[in-house]
Amino acid sequence: MASAKLWGLKKSPWVFHLAAASCNNCDIEILDVLTPRWDVERFGIVLVGSPRHADALLVTGVINRKSLPRVIEVYKQTPKPCLVIGVGTCTCDNHMFDGSYNVVGPYDKYIPVDVYIPGCPPKPEAIIMGVVKALQRL
Amino acid sequence: MKKEYSKDILEEIGKKFPDAVVKIHAPRRTYIRIPRDKVPALAEFLFKDKGCRLSIATGIDTRDGIEILYHFSLDESGTYYNIKTIIPKDDPQIKSIAPFLPAAEWIEREIHELFGVDFIGHPNLIPLLTAETWPENLYPLRRDYANEHKDLKLKKKM
Amino acid sequence: MRRIVPIGPYHPLQEEPEFFKLIVEGEKVVDLEINLGYNHRGHEFISPTLTWDQVPFLVERICGICSDSHPYAYVLAVEDCAHIQAPPRAQYIRTIIGELERIHSHYLWVGLAGHFIGYNTVWMWVWRYREPLLDIFELIMGNRNHYAINKVGGARRDIKPEDYSTIEKYLNLVEEKTKMFTNAVLDDPVIHARLEGVGILPLQDAIDYAVLGPTARGSGFAVDVRKDDPYDAYDKVDWDMIVFPEGDILAKAKVRLLECFESIKIVRQCLKEMPDGPIEARVDDITPGEGIGRHEAPRGEVFHYVRSDGSNMPVRHKVRAPSFMNIASNVVAVKGYSIADAALVLAAVDPCYCCTERTYVYNTKRKRLYNGQDLLELSRAKTEKYRRRYGK
Repeated sequence: MASAKLWGLKKSPWVFHLAAASCNNCDIEILDVLTPRWDVERFGIVLVGSPRHADALLVTGVINRKSLPRVIEVYKQTPKPCLVIGVGTCTCDNHMFDGSYNVVGPYDKYIPVDVYIPGCPPKPEAIIMGVVKALQRL
Repeated sequence: MKKEYSKDILEEIGKKFPDAVVKIHAPRRTYIRIPRDKVPALAEFLFKDKGCRLSIATGIDTRDGIEILYHFSLDESGTYYNIKTIIPKDDPQIKSIAPFLPAAEWIEREIHELFGVDFIGHPNLIPLLTAETWPENLYPLRRDYANEHKDLKLKKKM
Repeated sequence: MRRIVPIGPYHPLQEEPEFFKLIVEGEKVVDLEINLGYNHRGHEFISPTLTWDQVPFLVERICGICSDSHPYAYVLAVEDCAHIQAPPRAQYIRTIIGELERIHSHYLWVGLAGHFIGYNTVWMWVWRYREPLLDIFELIMGNRNHYAINKVGGARRDIKPEDYSTIEKYLNLVEEKTKMFTNAVLDDPVIHARLEGVGILPLQDAIDYAVLGPTARGSGFAVDVRKDDPYDAYDKVDWDMIVFPEGDILAKAKVRLLECFESIKIVRQCLKEMPDGPIEARVDDITPGEGIGRHEAPRGEVFHYVRSDGSNMPVRHKVRAPSFMNIASNVVAVKGYSIADAALVLAAVDPCYCCTERTYVYNTKRKRLYNGQDLLELSRAKTEKYRRRYGK
């Protein structure tokens, strides 16, 4: 069963987009990647509405105290094996929000992250390259 | 038409609130300092009688106490009439203006949770932004919120 | 029999997670509870630890879509505090970038609104034509988003005269496409049926809740910082404020689309009349005192307040984004409409949020009736119903 999912994941990863306390720029760039200029849907990358259908989690933002339990819940609901791709500098090291009373990130303190895509926001080309690199690691 | 503060409004405020201290910082920026018990009356005067719009309120922790500013904008002249008042830290309470001004509901909740000021008469004074697990008597924007709270680990409340 | 419909914390059409609880009786919404805090990062806590010229980079990242508005209001606040005047060329440059941002933000809203109604083609086309605007930003500032053009005392980068013709070319393209989208929205009977008369915010409630931006101007509340408290080049060029009295979502959509034309007008005039000269004023110390700066962001008035004690860091920096006032007004706007319309009404104030939703409708026995994807389908099914009615 795991190998069938892996095959599906490699060929056509379904991604769930999870934003926890982000400024939304990375989120907009992720949605931009679906628009006609880059159009990743032709590669089979589809944005799904529920983590239970997802092969990969595109995570953005620093996590804050209120969204932390939800983030962990979403990760638990995603069937494994799943890729976690951190988009944006916030997922790498909290960016400039480090030290705030409400920020508890970055993601790799709580869930295993496979690929980090730095940039504020990373260009859509960088996001595509990051996802491809993640898939090549499998 | 040159846009600047209205002398008539400031005169009226001076007459109705004799202990108000007015400072004119720029043609469209005025600051009116009054004691805390007069704040609801001045706010109602600006909102209902003069047609000002509440922009937001600010809380500042200073050496003399917690300062609260209510920022009212008179859009016809583009002027800000900012009400300033100081609240002592050992008695941090002030009458709320939310009963007659729904726009103030959320910001008073925010100042309550971040500074610890009690707004008497507020319809729903519960935290707005901080997490459910945030401890009750911890006010992050007060100056004595020490760095020792930096690695605060809160127990999950579900 | 009352039921509770939670929408959120991740909701389609809303980039930041936010939790709305709709209380419904039958099919009609009777009340709304809003639960915020999923995006609170503590900017006001971090600002006093940075120097005056580091803060614009922090406040840029409050919101990615209106990332020029916050630094703009902040530098106006500091310039107000210290009585600094930016040179004319910098004022015109800042105005141009502010207006281009307005157009790209409104396009973004139109695209997401189309996606939510079920017109994915609208989404793809509008976002496709957002790209020329992002290319202009990249040409001038080097980044598609989080372009940092504002600094205390002026602008960080100049617009080179040889780039004017490229900007003009892109503006012509954007104007042509805005005409196409406006006609598409205003001529389509299905869109009218979905948006007209839905989510009405009456004028008195708009005043009581002190709403801002297109949310206010779509309810007849004529408030616009660019006209009320003019700054930079806004009182030196000729443009109109767009106001509609109806208060429904269609009025707000019309305000946003027609504002794009006004923005293009402003940018064209600014490019033509751009004065020569330096782009920054000399800034020594920020004198002790306080300052207020405000800018008309795409969503309404952005307000920044700074207090200085003469040192190189602000003592206090208060930030208020327009959505803070606008979202509270949803309590009024959403009552009395059906669940299928509710999510559209909540999105009509153009909050800065992102999507991935978790929505459930429970009845009193805690039995789940609908989930999030179903609510999206409900909205789209309503569109289909109208489509059949109008024979399209």
